[in-house]
Amino acid sequence: MVNLQNVSKIYNHNTAALEDVSFEVKMGEFVSLAGRSGAGKSTVLKLLIGEDKPTRGRIFLGQFEVNKIRDKELPAFRRHIGVVFQDFRLLPTKKAYENVAFALEVAGRPQREIQELVPQILDMVGLSDKMNNFPHELSGGEKQRVAIARAMVHRPEVIIADEPTGNLDPLHTWDIIGLLKKINQLGTTVILATHDREVINGLEKRVITLDQGRVIRDEEKGKYILI
Amino acid sequence: MITIISRIFRYSLKNFWRNGWLTTVTIIIITLALLVFFGLIVFNVVTDQAIASIQDKIDISVYFKTNTPEDQILNIKKSVESLREVKTVDYISSDKALEVFKAAHKDDVTISQAVSELGENPLESSLTIKAYSPSQYASIAGYLENPNLKQFISSVSYAKNQVVINRLNAILKNINRIGLGMTITLSLIAGLVVFNTIRLAIYSNREEIGVMRAVGASNVLVRGPYVIEGIFAGLIAAVLSLIIAWPIIQFVSPYLSSFIPGLQISNYFYSNIFSLLGYQGLFGVGIGVFSSFIAVRRYLKN
Repeated sequence: MVNLQNVSKIYNHNTAALEDVSFEVKMGEFVSLAGRSGAGKSTVLKLLIGEDKPTRGRIFLGQFEVNKIRDKELPAFRRHIGVVFQDFRLLPTKKAYENVAFALEVAGRPQREIQELVPQILDMVGLSDKMNNFPHELSGGEKQRVAIARAMVHRPEVIIADEPTGNLDPLHTWDIIGLLKKINQLGTTVILATHDREVINGLEKRVITLDQGRVIRDEEKGKYILI
Repeated sequence: MITIISRIFRYSLKNFWRNGWLTTVTIIIITLALLVFFGLIVFNVVTDQAIASIQDKIDISVYFKTNTPEDQILNIKKSVESLREVKTVDYISSDKALEVFKAAHKDDVTISQAVSELGENPLESSLTIKAYSPSQYASIAGYLENPNLKQFISSVSYAKNQVVINRLNAILKNINRIGLGMTITLSLIAGLVVFNTIRLAIYSNREEIGVMRAVGASNVLVRGPYVIEGIFAGLIAAVLSLIIAWPIIQFVSPYLSSFIPGLQISNYFYSNIFSLLGYQGLFGVGIGVFSSFIAVRRYLKN
């Protein structure tokens, strides 16, 4: 499903954000990327969604070789994945419903299908009564649930979440993690970057730990351990 | 394709409405720029009209010796009319000149008496020649220097007015040049102000553009609504600018026509309202679309 082969990312002045990172994620897996801030988690995710290009190495996601995708092909590629960010990144002038519908609209799905799917997915994340609210009328946890609904409404093969609970209190954190687990149980691959010890230990799923741009541990049912 | 176009329109209408403040400010700025643009159009019409009315006042008169037969004068008139530079030639016979003179001085007893006591008509027949441009009088005057014509001619007014005509010529040329310079400079400034306003409006939307890209929106779908908003803003501003200009024109028109006879700027406004709207719309929409297109481009990289 996802495969990183000897990936390095070197920014200016020879600062290596990633060095020779390789790992594979199988279809239907739930993988956490753990590590301190600056360990390289976000860089891995940025490279995975094509927001940046690796200096060396190859990245495969589904049928795409991500490092070779040209700017023009990026929108089409992004419609195959779902991305959740720490800062939600909802469109402020669109209501919850419209934010979710947007992911389908950009893919050119017909209106009838959108009208059917969006309420279903908002119901699944528990927001059917808030679909006509603007993002500024929602709490942090609700915003993140809208973002997750948007990331999964087009049934992507993989959902990539970058610190999705970073801005949330513990209660909402478990809400969101619960949702991601549910999505994973329905067959979607989930890659979650987090530095939250509680989350990783509570998940009991595969953990890849990064430190200073290198993979230092990769364990099934891993724990959050730092040297 | 139709789905995409209809979605682009829907997004732009919603954004237009929901970004109320930003939209209002943008429209106000474009309206102000269009008013400057409109002012320039009016300025050019006024100067053109002023120049035309001054040019219309310039002519040269050729006075013929009193013994010149009328046929001869009419022949000369024909030959002058055939010149490329000549716009009109009016023949004023000595009788007609006397009539005009008498009419002009009918209240002045001394002059009327003097004329009737004279017994014969002392006035000369003349041709009043108008050229297309003031610079052409020199060559017309040159033509009249021809010995074949000169023998009948008593005097030509050009020689007396030459200095004034030349000076007017220089002034008119300068007014045209200044008008063109002002038009270019002010249009450029107005254009840049609008460009920057739209750039700032889109800058404040840069994160949204990033989100749209992250969700997989194609460049057309991201850029489209902004461009359409630019079109709407330009059109609304075009109409607004004319609505604002209307009472101003009404107010200024009588003052201008007292300066420049024959200039009815309000008539010009009414009879050209559609082409004015067209110019304003074209300028407004053009600058709106261009600015949006360029401003969004830099955020479409990732």
